[in-house]
Amino acid sequence: MKVAVVKYNAGNICSVINALHRIGVEPVVTDDPAVLAAADRVIFPGQGEASNTMAYLRQSGLDAVIRNLKQPVLGICIGQQLLCAHSEEGDTPCLGVFGSKVQRFPVSCAEGRVKIPQIGWNTIEQLKTPLFQGLKEGDFVYFVHSFYVPDCAEAVARTTYGGVTYASALRCGNFYATQFHPEKSGDVGLRILHNFIHLCHD
Amino acid sequence: MLAKRIIPCLDVKDGRTVKGINFVNLRDAGDPVELGKAYSEQGADELVFLDIAATHEGRKTFTDMVSRVAAAISIPFTVGGGIHELADVARLLEAGADKVSLNSAAIRNPQLVNEIASHFGSQVCVAAIDARCDADGWYCYVNGGRIRVERTLFDWAREVADRGAGEILFTSMDHDGVKQGFPNEALARLSDELSIPVIASGGAGAKEHFADAFRLGHADAALAASVFHFGEIKIPELKQYLHNEGICVRL
Repeated sequence: MKVAVVKYNAGNICSVINALHRIGVEPVVTDDPAVLAAADRVIFPGQGEASNTMAYLRQSGLDAVIRNLKQPVLGICIGQQLLCAHSEEGDTPCLGVFGSKVQRFPVSCAEGRVKIPQIGWNTIEQLKTPLFQGLKEGDFVYFVHSFYVPDCAEAVARTTYGGVTYASALRCGNFYATQFHPEKSGDVGLRILHNFIHLCHD
Repeated sequence: MLAKRIIPCLDVKDGRTVKGINFVNLRDAGDPVELGKAYSEQGADELVFLDIAATHEGRKTFTDMVSRVAAAISIPFTVGGGIHELADVARLLEAGADKVSLNSAAIRNPQLVNEIASHFGSQVCVAAIDARCDADGWYCYVNGGRIRVERTLFDWAREVADRGAGEILFTSMDHDGVKQGFPNEALARLSDELSIPVIASGGAGAKEHFADAFRLGHADAALAASVFHFGEIKIPELKQYLHNEGICVRL
């Protein structure tokens, strides 16, 4: 099993690598199109700002490489947002694997002022796909983000913050993505990473 | 629903935790890796390690320790102490920290907050503020609380938030170590005025104090050290208590 982590200009991926080590996976961190295409699983992680990271992906040609991947791909955090069609952050056209448009959390809701970014542990509900096998409705995972994917047909998990119920995980074909950080979500997160690595794929 | 976070904080000197720590089943209670794992298993939502060493050699040992702790836990991990420039932040993030906390360095060089936010993102930068309620109001202190600076708590907190800090870690020097609860009035004002999360620190002596910090102080998270280290409050029991009180926590 070859697991590749996409190397690009988005934040520190140390914790993704540490988490993979903990489930017995030794990933290769690469921006080599051939290595990415040949991997059994690809993880597209990161923290960062949408327009800068998209600009980098376009310049390096990684945009087309990622879009054309055929094996299971897992986008995490900004990785999920970049897989969408567009982000309000910097009014950025993104990769378009998912049809959604990424939006900023509202500054206030019925309960009052909304703190942005959302930082901390929130619940995931209405879980679908084998990615969440063995998890319970309402399990907690760790989030850090100011932008979100609105609820949509591609949602496979939902979370509520700032008066908004949004898509905290997505799936379309071989592409999976989570807004939260499974690599920082304790045993629940390690289970999700384990499930991703062991997805049945034909 | 977003959970209120419970955060143990450990002081580290030359790669060893400083205070005597009273955990059962630990082979080595001074080993930060063992302690980090133990707290993580008990349900801590995040860990904070503060480097209190003053030497270059101590810093290097701390960085090595950060790598080992980061490899052993999979919850958010904040480190502080000895951060003066961007290169210090890069070194700690490369070692596996998720966030850094800045205290005196931010007051001496406020631009550092902007630099960290623009290079690594706001989520990396926790602004730690030590303050005391003096006769003329809440004022910030530096150098471990020895020197008053002419900045009020509320003005400085707003400034660091505007400069890009992702969270505020507020310690009241009047409450720290006294175990009589958190400064809920000041906390609530901070939390209500700022649009970023506020972590209450210093003052916990009983489970009720945590409930008060969340309900009265509107805190997003609460940090404590000795009550956890000495087993006076056990994290699983604290979280169950908060849950029973109707406060959302990760159980």
